[in-house]
Amino acid sequence: MKLKALKAAFPLTIPILTGFLFLGFAYGVYMDSQGFSFIYPMLMSLLIFAGSMEFVTANLLTVSFSPLSAFLLTLLVNARHLFYGISMLERYKNTGKKKWYLIYGMCDESFSINVSADPPADVDRGWFMFFVNLLNHAYWVIGATAGGIAGNLIPFEIQGLDFVLTALFVVIFLDYWLKTKQHLPALIGLAASAVSLLLFGADGFMVPAMVLIVFGLTALRTRLSAEKEGAGA
Amino acid sequence: MTTLEQMITIAAVILGTAATRFLPFILFPARRTPPRLVTYLGQVLPPAVFGLLVVYCLKDVSFSPGGNGLPALIAIAATVLLHLWKRNILLSIAAGTAVYMLLIRTVFIA
Repeated sequence: MKLKALKAAFPLTIPILTGFLFLGFAYGVYMDSQGFSFIYPMLMSLLIFAGSMEFVTANLLTVSFSPLSAFLLTLLVNARHLFYGISMLERYKNTGKKKWYLIYGMCDESFSINVSADPPADVDRGWFMFFVNLLNHAYWVIGATAGGIAGNLIPFEIQGLDFVLTALFVVIFLDYWLKTKQHLPALIGLAASAVSLLLFGADGFMVPAMVLIVFGLTALRTRLSAEKEGAGA
Repeated sequence: MTTLEQMITIAAVILGTAATRFLPFILFPARRTPPRLVTYLGQVLPPAVFGLLVVYCLKDVSFSPGGNGLPALIAIAATVLLHLWKRNILLSIAAGTAVYMLLIRTVFIA
């Protein structure tokens, strides 16, 4: 049962494999450049497992000590996980003890796969999602540790490979678009984010964008729910 | 910062990250039905969040000459067209990334 789930999960994680090895490596190299031993990127990638926040933490470790502000900043940067959790309430039901790890290791990319993938009927969904998480987690830790060890040997030859993550999100966005005739949620996501980016800039747009999205979707609830029922979905 | 202070800072980040991941499951445990609004948001949020993540990936692109904005847009267009044609996730991602890597090495050299 487990092997079958692993075999179903692995192909879907291949894009993440390249993306995470590369980004994780870059993170490890970055930590090395800040004067940290490879132990730091190794443990941080293993225990935090939230890529963008790990880069931010590298900065936090070099400024004055303030664990409370570090905690609050983390809540803001990672607030999008709240969305993921709400979307996964149903899917994580009846997954037993695996649920703890499914929640603990719910990064953007594992969520992307687990929320949209339909494993074959004879594959246990809980174990499938577990292995998606575990494989992605392993890729990230391996990349970050290798980067921390390799230090200043930056691989110029694979510059641009980080675009795999952009392409992944584009393709999943497109799959959602093709699955339904109700495009308003997708459009609200794009528009609210673009407007926030213009107003607040690259460093501060995530939180206002999320607030706009939630308000926009909540305001349109009656209309969107009616459309859905009207379409017989 | 001492090593102990570094450990505490990292622990604060671990705690904050875990909080954002566990909170929905603590507020709406499996045996309790979440409010309708929450269920509704759970359904309509994912497409919106992927819109957000696409924008997030592009937040630092630059459209000045030699910037990576135009090659990124062209590569996204290629990804979308190929996906509409073949509907193969891995192929679309690989080809789109290859287009991007090729463009920043040949046409749009920084």
